[in-house]
Amino acid sequence: MIALDKIIKYFHKGSVNEVFALNNLSLSIAEGDFVTVIGSNGAGKSTLLNCIAGGFFPDSGTISISGHDVSNWPEHKRARFIARVFQDPLLGTCPSATIEQNMALAIRRGMRRGLGPGVKAADRIRFRRELAQLGLGLEERLLDKVGLLSGGQRQALTMLMATMIRPEVLLLDEHIAALDPKTANQILQLTHDIVRQQGLTTLMITHNMKHAIAFGNRLIMLHQGRIILDLSGPAKDNLTVADLLAQFYKTQGEELALDSLLLG
Amino acid sequence: MTLYAALGAIEQGFVYGIMVIGVYLTFRILDFPDLTVDGSLPLGASISAVAITSGVNPYLSLLLALAGGFLAGMVTAILNTKFKILHLLASILTMIALYSINIRIMAGPNVALLGSATVFDAVTGFGIPTHFAGLIIFGSFAVLVVCFVVWFLSTELGQAILATGDNPQMIRSLGVNTDAVIILGVGISNALVALSGALVAQNQGAADVGMGIGTIVAGLASVIIGETVFGCRTIARAFIAALLGSIVYRLAIALALGLEIGGFKFNPSDLNLITAVLVIVALIFPNLKRRLIAR
Repeated sequence: MIALDKIIKYFHKGSVNEVFALNNLSLSIAEGDFVTVIGSNGAGKSTLLNCIAGGFFPDSGTISISGHDVSNWPEHKRARFIARVFQDPLLGTCPSATIEQNMALAIRRGMRRGLGPGVKAADRIRFRRELAQLGLGLEERLLDKVGLLSGGQRQALTMLMATMIRPEVLLLDEHIAALDPKTANQILQLTHDIVRQQGLTTLMITHNMKHAIAFGNRLIMLHQGRIILDLSGPAKDNLTVADLLAQFYKTQGEELALDSLLLG
Repeated sequence: MTLYAALGAIEQGFVYGIMVIGVYLTFRILDFPDLTVDGSLPLGASISAVAITSGVNPYLSLLLALAGGFLAGMVTAILNTKFKILHLLASILTMIALYSINIRIMAGPNVALLGSATVFDAVTGFGIPTHFAGLIIFGSFAVLVVCFVVWFLSTELGQAILATGDNPQMIRSLGVNTDAVIILGVGISNALVALSGALVAQNQGAADVGMGIGTIVAGLASVIIGETVFGCRTIARAFIAALLGSIVYRLAIALALGLEIGGFKFNPSDLNLITAVLVIVALIFPNLKRRLIAR
């Protein structure tokens, strides 16, 4: 489904601020895999997701999605396959547009946009039905501007918008990190339900090791732009947070900023 | 202010209002401050004037002006999106280049249209007096332009333009090529500004290379006055407000120019100072209102 082959990426190459963000990283993800991604700050988690989404081009290496070599595709072209939910609830929606306008933008992801009406009457019925499933009462507020919604409501809406047109790949970049614990759990549950219902190939970055263990069928840990741990099947099912930490020390053989891993 | 002066100001408000709609599109919708307009207004005027004096139908000359303005806007937007030149600088570069280009088009600094056919002939032919002809023609053009822009922004493509100004990251990840959208949007904006210039030239009977100076300031003044006085809650309301803002701006200028305090009288050359003060007042006013209400 997704294949990254020997990806190398430097930021600010040749300057004093040079960062070796992705270090010869190769990763192959099968259709329907739900992969949780953990690692300390600066390990390359967001860079990895951004690399798949096309936010930048790697210095070398190739990326393919669903059999297409997308290495040279710009971000907007890869959107045909990929849906994203960002950490910042403000990034996933247009604040000055209404709920229905935002949803109408989302159901044309990767399609041509012409001179037909932006929001069609038939779509409205569908929007209302899908919003009702969130149980947040948003189905009565189609004409409200999204800027009026809370962070949790926005993130729920973004989850819905990302999956109304089934994406080949769903990228979740710490999408619950900016929410209060109760809302975060609701959004996490929603994520779980949607991913399972649609059988989506998913990558989810999280700072929370419990979540990383509880969700998904595969877990990868990044450090300094490399994958240092890759567990799936029974190895992941029987994992505990203590195991994870122990594994980390064993692989790494060095102390690291513990708190940055545990936070969240 | 005499009735004639008032009618004249409203007429000016309508014709420059088309330019203001264009400025609103870049400045507010796309979040792209665009100074190209100081060059694309006289560009539209020169293209239309030269076309008419070479025997082209005056309405057809408007289409040519629209096309010219669109190209000018495209150049600015391409410099910004493809070559990463800061939008303000990119637009100043195009504006400066247009000064020379406009003189090339007119083969001189101006072209007179006295005695030539204009878009007014269609109305004055029915025996309607000239000072009403301007009002009718410009009023209809301005209303048509507002309707077109409001409709366009409600389409799938238009919604993508709105989103590009609002949240480019989001709309890129929904598959929209934001560079292309910006090029299209700035192009349309400058096409409208050029249309406005072409109509102004046909009205005043000449195109002049200097007629674009201060266009952006007048445009911003009208936009801000419109927003402050009439609000901008919905897209339709925002564009109607921009057009009305243009009329209020021209009326205010006419009032100021007619003002006499003791022996003091404003000159037409004081226009830029008056405009600057108007913009400052309009910018400060919302803040001031909030602070007064808070007390």
